[in-house]
Amino acid sequence: MAEKQPTPKEMLDRIDYQPPHVDWMETPLDIRKGMYCYAANPKSVATLGLPNARPWNPLDADWKLPENWQQIIHEGFKERLERFRSVKVFMDICVRCGACADKCHYFIGTGDPKNMPVLRAELLRSVYRNDFTRLGKLLGKANGARPLTLDVLKEWWYYLFQCSECRRCSLFCPYGIDTAEITIFGRELLNLVGLNIDWIATPVSNCYMNGNHLGIQPHAFKDMLDFFVDDIEEKTGVKVAPKYMKKGADILFITPSGDVFADPGTYTAMGYMMLFHYLEEKYGLDVTWSTYASEGGNFGFFTSHETMKRLNAKMYAEAKRLGVKWILGGECGHMWRVINQYMDTMNGPADFLDVPVNPITGTRFESARSTKMVHITEFTADLIRNGKLDLDPARNDHLKVTYHDSCNPSRGMGLFEEPRYVINNVCKHFYEMPANTIREQTFCCGSGAGLNAGENMELRLSGGLPRANAVKHVHEKYGVNMLACVCAIDRAALPTLMDYWVPEVQVTGVHELVANALNLPGQAERTTNLRGEDLEELKAQAEGETDEG
Amino acid sequence: MNRKYVTAFVAVFVLFLVAWAGVSIGLQWLFGVVIPYLAVLLFAVGFVRRVMGWSRSAVPFAIPTTGGQAKSLPWIAYSRLDNPSSKWEVVGRMAFEILTFRSLFRNTRTKMQAGSLFYQLEIFLWVGALAFHYAFLTVLLRHTRFFTEPVLWPIQILENIDSFFRVEILYPGIQFGLPAVYLSGLVLLAAVVYLALRRVLIPSVRYISIASDWFPLLLIFGIAFSGVLMRYVTKVDINAAKQLTMGLVTFRPTVPDGIGAVFYIHLFLVCVLLAYFPHSKLMHLAGVFLSPTRNLRADTRAYRHINPWNHPVHLHTYQEYEDEFREKMVEAGLPVDKPLDASAEANADKE
Repeated sequence: MAEKQPTPKEMLDRIDYQPPHVDWMETPLDIRKGMYCYAANPKSVATLGLPNARPWNPLDADWKLPENWQQIIHEGFKERLERFRSVKVFMDICVRCGACADKCHYFIGTGDPKNMPVLRAELLRSVYRNDFTRLGKLLGKANGARPLTLDVLKEWWYYLFQCSECRRCSLFCPYGIDTAEITIFGRELLNLVGLNIDWIATPVSNCYMNGNHLGIQPHAFKDMLDFFVDDIEEKTGVKVAPKYMKKGADILFITPSGDVFADPGTYTAMGYMMLFHYLEEKYGLDVTWSTYASEGGNFGFFTSHETMKRLNAKMYAEAKRLGVKWILGGECGHMWRVINQYMDTMNGPADFLDVPVNPITGTRFESARSTKMVHITEFTADLIRNGKLDLDPARNDHLKVTYHDSCNPSRGMGLFEEPRYVINNVCKHFYEMPANTIREQTFCCGSGAGLNAGENMELRLSGGLPRANAVKHVHEKYGVNMLACVCAIDRAALPTLMDYWVPEVQVTGVHELVANALNLPGQAERTTNLRGEDLEELKAQAEGETDEG
Repeated sequence: MNRKYVTAFVAVFVLFLVAWAGVSIGLQWLFGVVIPYLAVLLFAVGFVRRVMGWSRSAVPFAIPTTGGQAKSLPWIAYSRLDNPSSKWEVVGRMAFEILTFRSLFRNTRTKMQAGSLFYQLEIFLWVGALAFHYAFLTVLLRHTRFFTEPVLWPIQILENIDSFFRVEILYPGIQFGLPAVYLSGLVLLAAVVYLALRRVLIPSVRYISIASDWFPLLLIFGIAFSGVLMRYVTKVDINAAKQLTMGLVTFRPTVPDGIGAVFYIHLFLVCVLLAYFPHSKLMHLAGVFLSPTRNLRADTRAYRHINPWNHPVHLHTYQEYEDEFREKMVEAGLPVDKPLDASAEANADKE
């Protein structure tokens, strides 16, 4: 971070929802530090064979574009209008009613009018009118049309990387216009002339070559899980033994690599390992990890449809190679949108897998009968429902938990009850945030769609404001001290967000809560949680706070 | 003053003058017969072409916006309307969307007070939009009386309901009465005024509005206003007007004398609206049916959606991965497909 971070108060004072008096087309672009991510590393772009790999800097006047960049974009636009009905229809039918305007977390947090979903789309729509409609060609600016100039392209880049593809606007739009579609499409165009950000390009290249976004090599991946094995043994007295690429296992487990890398996601990863160990000891369930398919997330989704397909292909390929029955997926946001709405179409049919059946409960996951992939909270909810887990929720008694619905599992899947059911069975104190900020109306963490870099921290903190504000509300009202989520980007982004806006609240994955409540066969007395905090102390502390309250 | 609505206002005013001048110099045939035929033709061709254009584009992925619990485990109730998993549930979702503007009903207004955010229910846009569209529909249906002989009975019923409100003063000395007042016309005018005022008074909506938002609004205002004027003030010769419209639909066009200029102005503005329609945002009428975030089933894990252009892509296979990391994998105790020795031999053979 080059510049000093504004304080929360400065940030709030700065927000002004009054748009400027000058027309938006006349407002010059100001690429501000703290709001944008660094340009893609040419090495990563080259590894993927994507166009125009070269070093460039968004702050320079010259972005080192190919000479015929206008033609490339125009033709790319045209081609994609035929490839995506969504884009074509959304270009034509917006009436600019303004219902979406204040639904975007980036608009709410920045007040920048070009973060209103309608205007984000108009940035592209204005060029569409100019290039592809008769009336736009005829009337020009009077009809809201403008030619694609370098400044316009830069504006696309700046604002398309200030959208986290969360789809909240599409929920409120009377025609279902989805800015995520516009952004996905727009970023795909930008990639045609080599305008990606490094926080996306390098993870994608890592994932392509090494199997995960962080570029963890196979032996290192095992090392990291071994470290968790030791940690778990220290805290529970039980030595778990994760399996790697075991041919003929029942289930292949795939989760975002972020959770093996950084706290607090690591505790969620330990949670999975403890759950699988429990199920193996008690019921003989055979779950395997893979280092080749060691990434649940898919930053290719933030690059282009083709790149998404290239990364996602490893899931089925590895399941096929190992001969497992079906795939279990960990807690992740956009991963689940890709699995739910794209995977089977892109890389299916998965006819080499079985319809997922939980061998312990006998439950057949009918809703996943074609993709053959089940969400871990569906799996765990089914286990709890059938009384298959030995749980002691008292170990979570010091927690007052609220739950953050991640954008993609919410508006690209509809996963609401399963995580809540699990949380309610492993925690005593659960409080919902206000209705306009959860479930299908949930707010983004501010860092989705590849925007969780360090250099755009101001964007992340302002985009996360609506979420943080709702957490603050339940923190003040009920004393909530733990924010649960089912997304690895959330686990990476929300702690920073909480530190900034609501420092008293910590962040956890749902399966960390499960693991803390789960009694392992042959365990020692559990005096600490997975974070190594003394349970008695935490309890005393919590009671003290309640007494004061 | 805002250039965008001035432009649109001037455009509508010029259209009004064109019709008025045209009729004053005796171009009744042009404005009563030629332009209406042309407008209907432009509308039909343009509309069909636009919809065909959309339909030709692929729907590579099923991307419904899920607004409620998905159908998953049998003991979890799911949201049939907001996360539809069958065709009929999609029909239900679409019906609510199109007939009741369900998504718009969710609308809230974000407010910041003392560093806290509030999301208040904002119902007015929904009310205004419903009033506008249903009033417009009623007016349209009422107008079929000009194109049918005898007038269909459902239309007569609709007219009776629409005109339950009457303005009559019957005192000795003062005898005043208006023809049955059609509420739909007045509601339409009021709704248009509301939708226009929003674009002026709400700063963010003013900021995003462009001339092509103003033009149809003002045009529809002109149409509704001239209609109301004709019915209650200038009292156009209805029988003559119907003679003209019946002539149009039966393809035996006639232009009876003395209909009055307002009628031609009204008709001309309608013609402009029809011709403009397919090239404008008004196509949301058809587009809403084709919106992929609303009209698809959210059962993509249960049934495979087919992408007609599923491009082949370059992959980094497991074999390539293992080739790169085999030694490290073996050293770490990870299983490999080709043992180190064998692969070394294979490589030696290759060379």
